[in-house]
Amino acid sequence: MKRFIAGTLAAVVMGGGLVLAKDVNKIVVDGSTTVGPITKAFAEYYMGKRPEVNITVSESGSGNGAKSLINAACDVATMSRPMKNSEMKAAQDAGVLPIEHIVAMDGIAMVVHPGNPIEDLTIGQIRSIYTGAIRNWKDLGGPDRPIVIISRDTNSGTYECFETLVMNKQKMTDKTEYVGSNGAIRQRVMSTQGAIGYVGLAFREGVKALKVNGMEATPETVLAKTYPIARPLYMYTNGRPAQDSPLYNFVNLYDTPEGKKIVEDTGFVPLK
Amino acid sequence: MPMRTENMKTETRTMPSLRLSHRTILRQRLAASLGNGFLLAVTSLSMLAVFFIFFFIARDAMPFFRLQGMREFFTSTHWYPSAGEAEFGALAMFVGSGLVTLGATLVAVPLGIAAAVCLSDVIPFSLRQFVKPVIEMLAAIPSVAYGFFALVVFAPLLQQQGGHLLAVASWILGLPMAVLGIVVLSDVATDRLRDQFRLMIRVILMVLFGGVALAGLTWIGHTLNALKIASGTNALNVSIILGIMALPTVVSVSEDALQAVGRELREGSYALGATRAETVVKTVLPAAAGGILAAIILGIMRAIGETMVVWMASGNAARIPSPWYNMLDPVRTLTATIAGDMGEADHVTGSARYHVLFAMALCLLVFSFVCNFISEGIVRRARKKAGG
Repeated sequence: MKRFIAGTLAAVVMGGGLVLAKDVNKIVVDGSTTVGPITKAFAEYYMGKRPEVNITVSESGSGNGAKSLINAACDVATMSRPMKNSEMKAAQDAGVLPIEHIVAMDGIAMVVHPGNPIEDLTIGQIRSIYTGAIRNWKDLGGPDRPIVIISRDTNSGTYECFETLVMNKQKMTDKTEYVGSNGAIRQRVMSTQGAIGYVGLAFREGVKALKVNGMEATPETVLAKTYPIARPLYMYTNGRPAQDSPLYNFVNLYDTPEGKKIVEDTGFVPLK
Repeated sequence: MPMRTENMKTETRTMPSLRLSHRTILRQRLAASLGNGFLLAVTSLSMLAVFFIFFFIARDAMPFFRLQGMREFFTSTHWYPSAGEAEFGALAMFVGSGLVTLGATLVAVPLGIAAAVCLSDVIPFSLRQFVKPVIEMLAAIPSVAYGFFALVVFAPLLQQQGGHLLAVASWILGLPMAVLGIVVLSDVATDRLRDQFRLMIRVILMVLFGGVALAGLTWIGHTLNALKIASGTNALNVSIILGIMALPTVVSVSEDALQAVGRELREGSYALGATRAETVVKTVLPAAAGGILAAIILGIMRAIGETMVVWMASGNAARIPSPWYNMLDPVRTLTATIAGDMGEADHVTGSARYHVLFAMALCLLVFSFVCNFISEGIVRRARKKAGG
């Protein structure tokens, strides 16, 4: 019996070894839904140029991306926030060395229904709305209509970014409605007159993006860091990829003219 | 040589003169025990799956209760799992799950039982053969499609036309009930009177009751009409959609129960001079009560376990509606919380946040086990009653 167990173990270890010695032409990407459009466009472009390379892209959220990288289930983790200390530590424990690549900038736009006359809010006002201190648009100079507060689910990188950049450690009111994606926020805000929500810059179409602290949410203001709710978008790899390997070329695509064009086309802000 | 196969009796009866060789008998026995063993293994595998699901969910739920205790989880409504000082009050989720399930039951049960009666006792058999599969098709629609409809079509509709819709719905539901109630009430009230007055008083009473009912309905309709629904993703929205999703289960199972009552009982009732309505209400429905109750419980379980629709269209606000029965407030259910919070909640980011989801799953699991046992018991007792 013992020998049998040992044999099985050996087989499993050997099998694992085979899996680890993997194909360099296969790249698995997992992570943020916000970075998703960039990743998919990059993958499409890169596979068009190098047909022998096979890239699969999943979008399960920044946290899941980090988890996948730590579990060696993916080669690239896309994240809309930097890795937390706890995640870094878990990675070290698992023998993974996450290397950060900033691929683009993203602004979080505050969006309201197109029929809403409000133009400009301060960070403080937005925070008061989300903590539940301001409950009606008339308190902000708008029509007498209750505010429907919409947020991303606590699972998303966008939520964490909003919480860090806007909420300042205060808790959102329990009236907040949570939805599962940028597109769902846009859908809810587009169809709800009293709604306010926050989305990535790429999701402003069909809704009205507000100025924040007097600054419009545009690529220029985001890149100049004058727009207050902006953040970098990340790709993480396990260690530095070997020079000119497909993985290296893929994560450095953002620095090429084509890559910048792709980033711009997908609605984000390419780095200068 | 005597034969010792398991089905000796039948074989000796059908083939009395046949003698099998030792080898054939051995082979047959081997095949039989192999087949039995295989079936036993498959059955115990699914039993084991149930056991393991229970075991592993309980195993991951226990650390939460050890870390945080029971009190906050069951009594607080503060749900801030990702905050610096995390709070894990799940009371709002329990209420949310309960509220949408109650709403779905209120939609699915009257509609479902009415449809089942209609299928089994009212419409002709050929039509029933066509209608029942169509209703059962509702069960085949993926829940994400229901969720999409609830989010993209139904929620905006509730926001724009909510008041009017509710007013119209109250009339559609209220008018037939009022008419029925008025007729029965005035009938009962004039039952003891002498013949010469009866008709007159009955008409007077009908007009009186009718006036009151009309005034009431108009007032309700008016109030509802003026209602503004700020957010269409609320308990009402999901309740209606979940009710429709639970409908095929309720219809199908209770229709089977009504069919099982049998021809004899119905014909006996008719033979005693009962009308079809009397037969259905006084004979068929009581005889099928056990099966119908089981159908209701199955429908409830379908509604409480549904995840995708509530995650997409219930609003997911972790608070108890005020007042608690206010179906127009957004709610958050246990299932939606598990689905929505699973991604970020790992051992990596704080274990209580991970284990609290298993604690919720355990509560759901226990609830559906209890429901299952109750419905099993009811069905068994009903069968015994029908048999004895």
